[in-house]
Amino acid sequence: MSQPLQTAAAGVHIAGLRKAYGDNEVLKGISLDVSPGEVVCLIGPSGSGKSTLLRCINLLEQPNDGIIEVGGYAVTDPDVDVDQMRRHVGMVFQQFNLFPHLTVLGNCTVSQVKVLKRPKAEAESIARAELESVGLGHLAHRYPGELSGGQQQRVAIARALSMNPSLMLFDEPTSALDPETVGDVLAIMRKLAQAGMTMVVVTHEMGFAKEVADKVVFMDGGVVVEQGPAAAVIGNPQEARTKDFLRRVLDPNHVVVEED
Amino acid sequence: MSMTPRQKARISQGIQIGVFALVILLVVFLANWPLIIDSFFRFDKIGGMFPEVILTGLKNTLFYTLTSFAFGLILGLILALMKTASFAPYRWLATTYIEFFRGIPAILVLVAFGLGMPLAFGTQWPQWVNVTVALGLSSAAYIAETLRAGLQAVPKGQMEAARSLGMPHWRAMITIVIPQAFKIVLPPLTNEFILLTKDTSLAYILGMMITQYELTSFGRNGITEYGAGMTPLIVAGALYLVVTLPLSFLARWFEKRSSQVSRPRKAAKSLTPSAGTTQEA
Repeated sequence: MSQPLQTAAAGVHIAGLRKAYGDNEVLKGISLDVSPGEVVCLIGPSGSGKSTLLRCINLLEQPNDGIIEVGGYAVTDPDVDVDQMRRHVGMVFQQFNLFPHLTVLGNCTVSQVKVLKRPKAEAESIARAELESVGLGHLAHRYPGELSGGQQQRVAIARALSMNPSLMLFDEPTSALDPETVGDVLAIMRKLAQAGMTMVVVTHEMGFAKEVADKVVFMDGGVVVEQGPAAAVIGNPQEARTKDFLRRVLDPNHVVVEED
Repeated sequence: MSMTPRQKARISQGIQIGVFALVILLVVFLANWPLIIDSFFRFDKIGGMFPEVILTGLKNTLFYTLTSFAFGLILGLILALMKTASFAPYRWLATTYIEFFRGIPAILVLVAFGLGMPLAFGTQWPQWVNVTVALGLSSAAYIAETLRAGLQAVPKGQMEAARSLGMPHWRAMITIVIPQAFKIVLPPLTNEFILLTKDTSLAYILGMMITQYELTSFGRNGITEYGAGMTPLIVAGALYLVVTLPLSFLARWFEKRSSQVSRPRKAAKSLTPSAGTTQEA
């Protein structure tokens, strides 16, 4: 990327994306468009390639073929400055991945100071503001190990937001949480969506997808089977595989197999 | 007639106490105590060793240990990073080095370096440089493996999170991965230091001036000097323990502390086993 992203919220354009691990082709030509400010939920069964697709967007996985553009810049260009690009793309992991040797505040300032070269005081005031917005300002000086899973995930969101990203990626953000803390994390994501952040979310929370997502993408076997408005894909699926998947997920009497 | 478990335990305990007592009695009555005392414990005759054995011997032992550990730590870190590098020839080179130096005795490296280098290249380095480099080369192989294990014990998600925040690889290593790896390797690294303290005794093989003597050389020299038999060696041994025992306690303390850190003080009840525990282990 030759220059930093200027837009507050960036769109994503993906075309013909392929990714294989050896002979195992995980993504078989994915095309997907996300408009600035749009919230897209990726749903689908285990091993369908949702997480791999998400991880390709900020190049945690290197695609084998295809184009990915974030905010109009081709991240798949071999000459792209990956570190420069990632400053603008926040990522939230299933396992939180907070830095255990740093305080909550340290987690939210380390990259601001080391990467963006913000003065420490400025970084701290930004971090505190983000921590307040996820309701954890009072835990700034605790260590991640002292926090519950739901709190850790909210810190992880604040950490990503402290970098002022123009795109947020969520990789099953509530899958590792106790049921009673899922709501807190989803509430923050809902707030973020309303604030106009572009979000790509891999999730099993169909209720969240239905309510918050502008677009739902159903993947299976490395391809996009069906995509469209949340109400259409979840409420009135057209494809047999989508119907089957949703029946399994939504039917309370059916044993739900959790992914990964 | 069968015994109850309690009776069995009592008999087993009795046998153990009996065997132990027998061994003690055999040692006490069969050993030639006057000879043993005369050979090993004539502390009355070795007053001349002090204070040089501490001011020179202990000082040189500590000096050789510290310099070769510093050298070994730097080289070991480079080797550990090479061994975890994505560029395959780096890995091959590091593996070859580690396997080679772990496989040969440190004393051979000392001789090859201290006597071989002057012959081959005409180097005239001070003796302490020879000792430092030779022991450092040897210990680097062990330190590298310890550090590599520590680096790999840091969960992959840490690097991914750091990179996702825009940190370049080197920055993520320095700020996120290495500090966590350091806590993990502190106990085994302390053990390396203890091993190295003892390995400095090999320095005698290079032949040294009296001002360069470390503890073992001092002890060996004292055997012929004071007519106190092996007593000088006992003194040297005791002085090694003065250094190594506190380090052993320190290593155990580090271990205890790091195992406490991995268990959050306030139980994070909502972590799944795969979430928090692997991250902070």
